[in-house]
Amino acid sequence: MVVTQPGELQEEHEHEHVHLPQHRHHFETEEQQREAASFGMWLFLLTEIMFFGGLFMAYLLYRNWYNPAFVAASHTLSIKLGALNTAILITSGFCMAMAVWAAETRKRKALVNFLGLTNFFGIAFLVVKYFEYAEKWHDSHIPGLKFSIADFGKLGVDMAQKTQVYYSLYFAMTGMHALHMIIGIVLIFWYMVRANRGEFTEGYVAPIENFGLYWHFVDIVWIFLFPLLYLIDLGAK
Amino acid sequence: MSDLHHDPANITNPEHHDHHIVGPSTYLVIYGTLLVLTAITVAAAFVEMGALNPIVAVLIAVIKATVVILWFMHMKYQSKLLKLTIGAGVFTFLVLIAMTLSDYMSRAWGLW
Repeated sequence: MVVTQPGELQEEHEHEHVHLPQHRHHFETEEQQREAASFGMWLFLLTEIMFFGGLFMAYLLYRNWYNPAFVAASHTLSIKLGALNTAILITSGFCMAMAVWAAETRKRKALVNFLGLTNFFGIAFLVVKYFEYAEKWHDSHIPGLKFSIADFGKLGVDMAQKTQVYYSLYFAMTGMHALHMIIGIVLIFWYMVRANRGEFTEGYVAPIENFGLYWHFVDIVWIFLFPLLYLIDLGAK
Repeated sequence: MSDLHHDPANITNPEHHDHHIVGPSTYLVIYGTLLVLTAITVAAAFVEMGALNPIVAVLIAVIKATVVILWFMHMKYQSKLLKLTIGAGVFTFLVLIAMTLSDYMSRAWGLW
């Protein structure tokens, strides 16, 4: 096996690929292996779309049914913290994209650093989320655990009780989103150790690329959660 | 056996895509775009547009998601197989919404 730089190879033949030790025997080529892994990751993300899709569907329906309760309850969220967290998560996504680039261009130190930054902003997001949840606890807005309709008296008792539907969905959706982030953060620590050993900067970048897809998917979920939970009822009385 | 049908390196396939590497300058532009769109969606929420508020918010979210999928997730540079895969996911999600809502709306909608 001749190890050559990708640049040299491209001069020889545009479509030849470096044969790597990570190349599994049941794939005929490196590229076939990479595409298969990418395809598999996307299939997993499709199941995730349907998983979060069910929650979004429930939100859409109950929002229409109990609109006054959803308007009043969404007004208790902090738009400042929500917007801050959106910016933090987008920054984390940008660092993840840069990590993928660092792996692809074989920059070991840059890869470790960008993974670290991705994780830093991911954890920062969860810290902000913690303060938001703590505020909900303080205001007794947690259905089933610590809940009072005191803040929603003007809706009437029946509709005020329905704010529990909003908060249930709020905690289910942001909670599942946060769980995905916690799983991602644990994985990033593991990838940082492996990246530091140089495992992903010798041409084998599939784990980083596919983890990037996961991380960006979690970003996208938040991109929809933020306007739906925080913003759209701002104008409504 | 013809090379036309055995093409493990995917060379004769007109759909063949090289492993495209997206660079930092593209990522920076996308990052800026996403931050600007976030600012726009927050600002738009403070403008009273009635029924248009949710529509504008979801529209901007769809644009942001599309930007993330195309560049951060490299979909722009992927094969048609992967493009079709994500398309199938979005389509199935829309079926979930459309079929569920049409069921609810045809059963005593507004009479709960």
